[in-house]
Amino acid sequence: MEGATADHIVLALFVIIGAIFVPLTITVSHILAPSNPHPRKLDTYECGSEPIGPPWVQFRVGYYVYALLFVVFDIETVFLYPWAVAFDRMGVFVLAEMVVFIAIIAAGFAYAWKEGALRWR
Amino acid sequence: MNAIGIGALKVLAALALMLVNGVVLIYMLRKVLGHLHLRLGPTHVGWKGTLQTTMDVLKLVTKEDITPRAVDRWLFRLAPAMVFVPSLMAYAALPFSDSWRITNLDAGLLYTFTALSIVPIGVLMAGWASANKWSLLGGMRAAAQQIAYEVPLLLSVLPIVMLVGSANLGTIVEAQQGTLFGVLPRWFILNPLFWPTFLIFVVASLVESNQTPFDMSEAESELVSGFSTEYSSMKFGLLYLSEFSNGFIISALGVTLFFGGWTLPWLPAPVVSALGPLIFMIKTYIGIFVMMWIRGTYPRVRIDQVMQLGWQRLIPISLVWIVFSGIVIKVWS
Repeated sequence: MEGATADHIVLALFVIIGAIFVPLTITVSHILAPSNPHPRKLDTYECGSEPIGPPWVQFRVGYYVYALLFVVFDIETVFLYPWAVAFDRMGVFVLAEMVVFIAIIAAGFAYAWKEGALRWR
Repeated sequence: MNAIGIGALKVLAALALMLVNGVVLIYMLRKVLGHLHLRLGPTHVGWKGTLQTTMDVLKLVTKEDITPRAVDRWLFRLAPAMVFVPSLMAYAALPFSDSWRITNLDAGLLYTFTALSIVPIGVLMAGWASANKWSLLGGMRAAAQQIAYEVPLLLSVLPIVMLVGSANLGTIVEAQQGTLFGVLPRWFILNPLFWPTFLIFVVASLVESNQTPFDMSEAESELVSGFSTEYSSMKFGLLYLSEFSNGFIISALGVTLFFGGWTLPWLPAPVVSALGPLIFMIKTYIGIFVMMWIRGTYPRVRIDQVMQLGWQRLIPISLVWIVFSGIVIKVWS
């Protein structure tokens, strides 16, 4: 428990020091860099010519379908990891249970596949 | 207080490693790609161009930082931090040797994947905030492909966790100590059960770290420079650094999971434990060299091919392989 606490402090420090380092370098660069403001510089670069139309364009729906599927599978993986860690300490029954769990997920996956959710449209 | 001081030193060491890695890797990339293209790469600054990337960093720091007027200001500023901080955090769980570890997390494997999976949020943020159609497209592609490949990546290494019985990266390395038949190392890469695992891991990790056959989010031939087009000066520098650092992390994970981490079976144990970090770094850099080799050899694939490969091939295969290796491990023991 002692070690775990020290490790957690280190993890918190990673976030804190990282969050300090980013504005620090940007500030240093602001101090060192020249400043020659010109209205033209503030234009969106895009591909070198004047942007046409609004930047936030519509997107194909495929991205959102994938995002929904991802949520299902990511949660599945979260369940699978503790199971895998305890795998060698438990009997065949636990393996059978997980096969059933994966089979249920796979059935849903097969349905999504059949409905064309995995096809890029 | 003391724990905080030691912790802060550890974090600063990881930060220094990340910065040095960035400089060395960019030089290495330019040299390796140069020679693959029958060019020389950088040659002028320093001995054989070795100081080129140091100078490039200095140049980036002294460049004017331009924030275009159309951008979403807060997200635009927050995005480099959202990309940089998680890739720094990913160093926390790597075991450099049996004694050189920043932290000794029991869920180290899961932690590293978690840290890496925060990066696409920052990339999507950068793409969205840039108010630029190409950047937005790059950000969306990054998010889509990284969520598509996170699942096979996590699932593919599951058989290793099942065999070792721990998600602690140090324990996984310790399980690979010793030799098979007195000659071969007991690395998981030599275990036929993990060969499909390794293939899925390589493909998925190349996608996750945005390496070239799968760098659709930057795709300079289609999207200018993808999500980082509107960034300049150090904000761009941080985005770029984090990309190289992710390549290092992914290669280090591959070394830890499949190539025995810091271990080298032919040397006596005290030598190995003294040279552990060096062995680990050399193995990791060999892994990065292979990634650059792939980058110099294969053309970029299309986004629809990437998505279909991930969802329709890798996920079903890795699910089947989990069940199969579960049965094999149970029958064996």
